[in-house]
Amino acid sequence: MTDKIGHSIRRVEDARLMSGEGSYVDDLEPFANVHHAAILRSPYAHANIKKINAEQALTMEGVVEVLTGEDILEHTKPFPVGVSEPINYYSMAVDKVRFVGEPVAVVVAKDRYLAEDAVDAIKVEYEPLDAVVDIEEAMQHDAPVLHENIGTNIANQRFYDYGNSDKAFEEADMVISHKFNFPKYSATPVENYGVIADYTSSENQYTVWSNFHGPFTLHTVMSAALNVPSNQLRLMVPKDIGGSYGIKSGMFPYIVLMGVAARKAGVPVKWTEDRQENLLASSSGTDRVTWIDAAVNKDGTILGMKMKMVDNVGGYIRAPEPASLYRTHSNTLGAYKIKNLQMETVAVMTNKSPTGLIRGYGGQQLYFPLERMMQHIAKKLDMDAAELVEKNLIPSDAFPYETPSGGIYDSGNYQKALKTALDTAQYNEFRQKQKEAWKKGKYLGIGLAAIVEPSGSNMGYVTVALTPEEREQSLPKSGCAEGATVSIDPRGSVTVRISTVPSGQGHETVAAQIVSEVLNVEADKVKVIAEMDTATNPWSVASGSYSSRFAPIGSSAIYQAAQKVRNKLLRIAEHQLGEPFQHLTIKNGRAVAEEDETKQISLKRLIGTAHWNPVDLPEGMEPGLHESAFYTISAAKAPAKDDTVNGSVTYGFVADVVTVEVDPDTGEVEILDYVTVHDAGKLLNPTIANGQILGGLAHGLGGAMYEELAYDDNGQLLSGSFMDYLCPTATEVPNITIEHQETPSPLTPLGAKGLGEGNTMSAPAVIANAVTDALTPFDIMIDDLPLSPDRIWRKIQEKKRVVVKEEF
Amino acid sequence: MIKKVESKEKMKIQTVINGKSYEKEVEPRKLFSDFLREDVGLTGTHVGCEHGVCGACTVLMDGKAVRSCLMFAVQADGTKIETVEGLVNNKTGRSLKAAFSEHHALQCGFCTPGILMSSVEFLNENPQPEKQEIKEMLSGHLCRCTGYTGIVEAVQQTTDGNSK
Ligand code: FES
Ligand code: FES
Repeated sequence: MTDKIGHSIRRVEDARLMSGEGSYVDDLEPFANVHHAAILRSPYAHANIKKINAEQALTMEGVVEVLTGEDILEHTKPFPVGVSEPINYYSMAVDKVRFVGEPVAVVVAKDRYLAEDAVDAIKVEYEPLDAVVDIEEAMQHDAPVLHENIGTNIANQRFYDYGNSDKAFEEADMVISHKFNFPKYSATPVENYGVIADYTSSENQYTVWSNFHGPFTLHTVMSAALNVPSNQLRLMVPKDIGGSYGIKSGMFPYIVLMGVAARKAGVPVKWTEDRQENLLASSSGTDRVTWIDAAVNKDGTILGMKMKMVDNVGGYIRAPEPASLYRTHSNTLGAYKIKNLQMETVAVMTNKSPTGLIRGYGGQQLYFPLERMMQHIAKKLDMDAAELVEKNLIPSDAFPYETPSGGIYDSGNYQKALKTALDTAQYNEFRQKQKEAWKKGKYLGIGLAAIVEPSGSNMGYVTVALTPEEREQSLPKSGCAEGATVSIDPRGSVTVRISTVPSGQGHETVAAQIVSEVLNVEADKVKVIAEMDTATNPWSVASGSYSSRFAPIGSSAIYQAAQKVRNKLLRIAEHQLGEPFQHLTIKNGRAVAEEDETKQISLKRLIGTAHWNPVDLPEGMEPGLHESAFYTISAAKAPAKDDTVNGSVTYGFVADVVTVEVDPDTGEVEILDYVTVHDAGKLLNPTIANGQILGGLAHGLGGAMYEELAYDDNGQLLSGSFMDYLCPTATEVPNITIEHQETPSPLTPLGAKGLGEGNTMSAPAVIANAVTDALTPFDIMIDDLPLSPDRIWRKIQEKKRVVVKEEF
Repeated sequence: MIKKVESKEKMKIQTVINGKSYEKEVEPRKLFSDFLREDVGLTGTHVGCEHGVCGACTVLMDGKAVRSCLMFAVQADGTKIETVEGLVNNKTGRSLKAAFSEHHALQCGFCTPGILMSSVEFLNENPQPEKQEIKEMLSGHLCRCTGYTGIVEAVQQTTDGNSK
């Protein structure tokens, strides 16, 4: 059963993408008479809108319509939100702006040039208000309040107590505490958002093409905002999306906005986001402040942790936030066998852009403080960091392992993976080299991170943001369902329809691998349709491309649909050959009796029977060969009364070891080697898996060292172009060594777990650990990011002024 | 002689794109990237930033890699243009494409046309580059999917192939 699954089959997507034949949303003309939109955006972070004058704009050449907040109020309702506070979030500002870049008006014109001309002619009168961008300031009682109807900037706050933390903290030899800051950064796929919306007034029907990739729970949110039954919002997504890394889930407000624009203008409307708009107003990860206390014994055993984490969700808390705080709820203690955990989670709103899914989602915000803390504890105990980590890892015989907060880690062997990482990086040898180097005034450092990589989100996890009492008032949420359809047409061609909405992850290739193996046909005979259409695809609320869910869930749905088709073929063969179903298999295009190979029949004939001659099918069997399967994993249960939840279905493991050299005169960091060991269960296509790892790692590197959406105190974005928002290029990516360990998941039919986000989660922590280690002689503490030369240089200078330790 | 053009007045331009000759009227402010995508229908050239950093819009103009988002269409008057759609007829282009697929040098493929065009020019000028030179050439392009490793390998393989 493994001639295709698990092999590095070449991608079927490549040929079209390298011939200029991709179909990205901006390439499409799905409707006649498409007009173009441009958006006027707020220059203020916080202001009341007094007046909008679009008279002149409306008279300009090619202009069809101008929309303002009034139109949005008339045609839409606020988007439903994931918290109990009544937040009024619309697709455009209605009376007040709460972040720089918030849409204030939309012009619809014959082409984009004319639309932008008209945007310049709209006059808006604002009454500026004091802005707040800092997390801790926003929580002060005298801070400017963004949403008057709520009266506070705190949108969500919860407290959790698992195990017996108070006892652990009493009994421990010591308590070690620190506060960490994680910055706001983004994903910046090279392709920006694109929407083409059409409205049929006689049917009150919205049809929208876009590069939105789910989660399709947001379809509910959009149709509720448009105030139409959900089948009157048909979302279509082309098979090619120019990258996302989560951010394109954040485009849902624009789908609604352009839907309303098409409705009011009476023409189909296309809007393509530009890069400034993308950096200013699309979406991003949260910035977070984390306070950690660790109860530690002298021998390095960690007895418990207390954490307070505060996420900045920007001007509006919008779905699926505050999920960033809870995505890692089940794996808050990472790879460690710590039994006691207290947690306080807070989401605050400030005058920055709203947040949402970004590769790693919540993981980097969690692991930066957690893994930095491990190194910090080791230092306090005068222990080697690797020894401390190893001592606290969950042992390999403890799986399935239940975490204090309810996570069920399905499988793993963390010690072995860590050992591979340390050996590959030559950890002990490097320690020797480091001592020599310090003597010569060269600052070499080695850092590690050991993290659990959750994949396949449980739709229920977000509801731990609510209290058990609040949860009880509505239907419990659980599961992680995905659908797929496999069909064979009358001439025997195989078609697979998926709803996983890929954005470069090669789902077409892997789907073809799986189906061709199950049906025993050549992979290139299988056509995979990756377009999404909510009117005709098999999809669920959980569908989409996020939380690394293709390998554990999407691929399983495809596998099951293929199995259904296979079973049907074999049932027909049973009927025709008179051989029991259990004895039949498919080989070389024929159904064959395993015991007696003379008994066989061609698939062509079986397929023909299903289509052309259904009266010869077994009694009661439906004609045709067209099977859909929906797949979920029962481990994804709704949160329990005690607030435990298994937030993801599979949990991989990543062990990183990184070596660096730091120049103390400039603060510059050079990464010498990056070793990463992954255990993501069974790999479906190793080349594609490595591609995902490398991409995720480069994004983690960006977050660690270069990327930041920086704001000034007035809420003005300081990194609004690619000249200021620095993405890693080929010269910044270091030497990377990837090793795999494949401990299969017992929960998925192919043993696969998700991957591709792990290093985005781990890289900021591991690089910061390596830099801190290199600068041991200066005794600095890295508790914020990115690790830009000026930040490191300043930390060194501060210490230099105090004392330079010489005793190493 | 410099002729003054009124703001919405169109100018006639003539270019040869992928071996085919085009005569079109364009507004002087129209970006060359928009001209290629909207007026000529060659959507293989992509736009990622419109300020000259991402490199997605790169095409060859008289054999030189240029960023079509930093040019006006009128500046292409009288030039020969090659875009990703034309690479089927380019030997280096074909080898690069095969190497890109082999080394998994693309995922979403959005950055790829621009990178292919720069690589064609680069290998034409510099048939035996060092790895570091390849990286420097690529540093004019953003790819957020691949981490660049496969791209560097693919370009490197194409140079090895050329040397045989
Ligand atoms: S679109 Fe031209 S360089 Fe980015
Ligand atoms: S392949 Fe997606 S940006 Fe390069």
